[in-house]
Amino acid sequence: MASEEKTGDKYWRANMRLVAILMIVWGLVSFGFGILLRPLLDTIPIGGVGLGFWFAQQGSIYVFMILIFVYAWRMNRLDRDFNVDEI
Amino acid sequence: MDLTTLTWIFVGGTFAIYFGIAIYAKASTTSEFYAAGRGIHPVANGMATAADWMSAASFISMAGLIAFMGYDASLFLMGWTGGYVLLALLLAPYLRKFGKFTVPEFIGDRFYSQAARIVAVVCLIIMSVTYVIGQMKGVGVAFSRFLEVPYDIGLYIGMAIVFVYAVLGGMKGITYTQIAQYIVLIFAYTIPAIFISMALTGHVLPQIGLFSETTASGTPLLSKLNTTISDLGFPDYTSQKTTTLNLILYTLSLMIGTAGLPHVIIRFFTVPRVRDARSSAGWALVFIAILYTTAPAVGAMARLNLVDTIQTGPVGTEQSNLAYDARPQWFKDWEKTGLLKWDDKNNDGLVQYYNDMSADFQAKAESMGWKGNEMTVDRDIMVLANPQIAGLPNWVIALVAAGGLAAALSTAAGLLLAISSSISHDLLKGVFTRGISERGELLAARIAMTGTILVAGYLGLHPPGFAAEVVALAFGLAASSIFPAIMLGIFDKRANDKGAIAGMLVGIITTIVYIFWFKGWFFIPGTNMAPNLPDNWLFGIAPEAFGAIGAILNFAVAYAVSRATQAPPEHIQHLVEDIRVPRGAGIATSH
Repeated sequence: MASEEKTGDKYWRANMRLVAILMIVWGLVSFGFGILLRPLLDTIPIGGVGLGFWFAQQGSIYVFMILIFVYAWRMNRLDRDFNVDEI
Repeated sequence: MDLTTLTWIFVGGTFAIYFGIAIYAKASTTSEFYAAGRGIHPVANGMATAADWMSAASFISMAGLIAFMGYDASLFLMGWTGGYVLLALLLAPYLRKFGKFTVPEFIGDRFYSQAARIVAVVCLIIMSVTYVIGQMKGVGVAFSRFLEVPYDIGLYIGMAIVFVYAVLGGMKGITYTQIAQYIVLIFAYTIPAIFISMALTGHVLPQIGLFSETTASGTPLLSKLNTTISDLGFPDYTSQKTTTLNLILYTLSLMIGTAGLPHVIIRFFTVPRVRDARSSAGWALVFIAILYTTAPAVGAMARLNLVDTIQTGPVGTEQSNLAYDARPQWFKDWEKTGLLKWDDKNNDGLVQYYNDMSADFQAKAESMGWKGNEMTVDRDIMVLANPQIAGLPNWVIALVAAGGLAAALSTAAGLLLAISSSISHDLLKGVFTRGISERGELLAARIAMTGTILVAGYLGLHPPGFAAEVVALAFGLAASSIFPAIMLGIFDKRANDKGAIAGMLVGIITTIVYIFWFKGWFFIPGTNMAPNLPDNWLFGIAPEAFGAIGAILNFAVAYAVSRATQAPPEHIQHLVEDIRVPRGAGIATSH
């Protein structure tokens, strides 16, 4: 019973680690690249404006999509590794 | 074929499809009525979620907002898409594992409290009803503008359609209709955008066109737009106009609010497994992103086309302004609706469109004999008039009409289901008549749906004056009440009933008071405590951006109160452990 609980804790910690990493990227591309770091990124020109503007109106959305699919893929693998996947 | 006939064919054709689906997808159990029998494929659910989420506002209003706000409108683009990351990573899979039917049901069970459940029901009803008014108005407006049917008749037709598939099919009927509606609305949105992008930049993809050179001038589209509008005294399109703090909080509020909207959350109850809930959120965002990455291109290109139509040559030169008598057909058409107005202030018969609020531009305008801006353009016409401005064929305009209706109806149906299921399942079965049978509940759900449609229709016919204002309230409520309560319920095993209720109440009350403070108590004009101006806002935070602060207060209070009071009972701690692992979701389904 004790070892089983330990596995559960490990699974949850691994899950939290993955979520934390993905959330950092989530904040970085939107609040970071799109807003706070925009002056810096705008030194890289793209289509008459800068990369910061591109992230605010395009790039962040593409990254959001990728983040969800990466999450789904990693979590499904985590479920199998910890033997908690749906049968 | 003339435009009205074509529009009737397109709108009639799509409505016939929705009818066909209603007959095919009849719900015979409560599980089918509330959660489509949990048999929806994740990609199909992603498509249905996209239609559920993208409302008349996304379809009709957003590109217009972007056209006039420029860079600052990024807060809508990032806010309304970034919320799906929160939904996918923090809520959807766990709520699917929990395996029940409504959002208040989770909050009530997890916090072992009827009071918590009722607080959640009240929040859900306020936010969903306010939201549905906008959709009903959208249906009425689309009919009256495109089909020349009176507003109220259009509204009755819309109500009748929703009635057939929502009352018969519940979530099952709504799901299949939403898939069809997504296909209609996405073609209606992207086809005109592709034509316009090709005409302006030569690029097929508007997402590329936005960052390319215009074929006419050879300069990048956004640089050209910046110079064109700054020559008329407007601030640069690509510059930031609001404060950074406000921009960040506004974006964050929309993200949290999006993830906390019950009508979106319940869509993830319809997939078979936890892993499907994860990938389905990704598919939903893919389908949403097709429209959301096109919208900034539509906005910028529409603004450029609009200004170029009026300001035909360099500012200040002879005959560089459109003569009113030579105005194009779309100008005349939209004047009739009152959404486009011209007032010849200097009596020269020419149209002047410029920023008469700009002190710097004042002298120049006077030297040219301009006596104020003469054009009033409702931003909602940007998407609807776009095909005509770009000179596209009539069938494209007809398609846009069908698309606008699809966007409004699909969101309305999702909201109506969220409201009626919380009435029949949470209030009736959960609180008042606990022993109700399966058949009794299904009948109650259908009656609740009928009643909700009638109320929504009534409010659509007699919209309260504050209808536009309340969208901010809906997102603020979702952000400050529902989202933190669910998230703590999953991630904080120690969170208890008292903490959750205290947190929700503090979150809602601070957010509502802050909104009412600047917008008037219950939005009654003149009752606001301070003018709604950036100088009066707390740290420059707009009322619409306050939801994030409400959410933070909710989290803080719930955390503190939970720890100061008794830990939740053991069976609740087991419940939390159980929803954290996917195994057994199939068993939870057949409860």
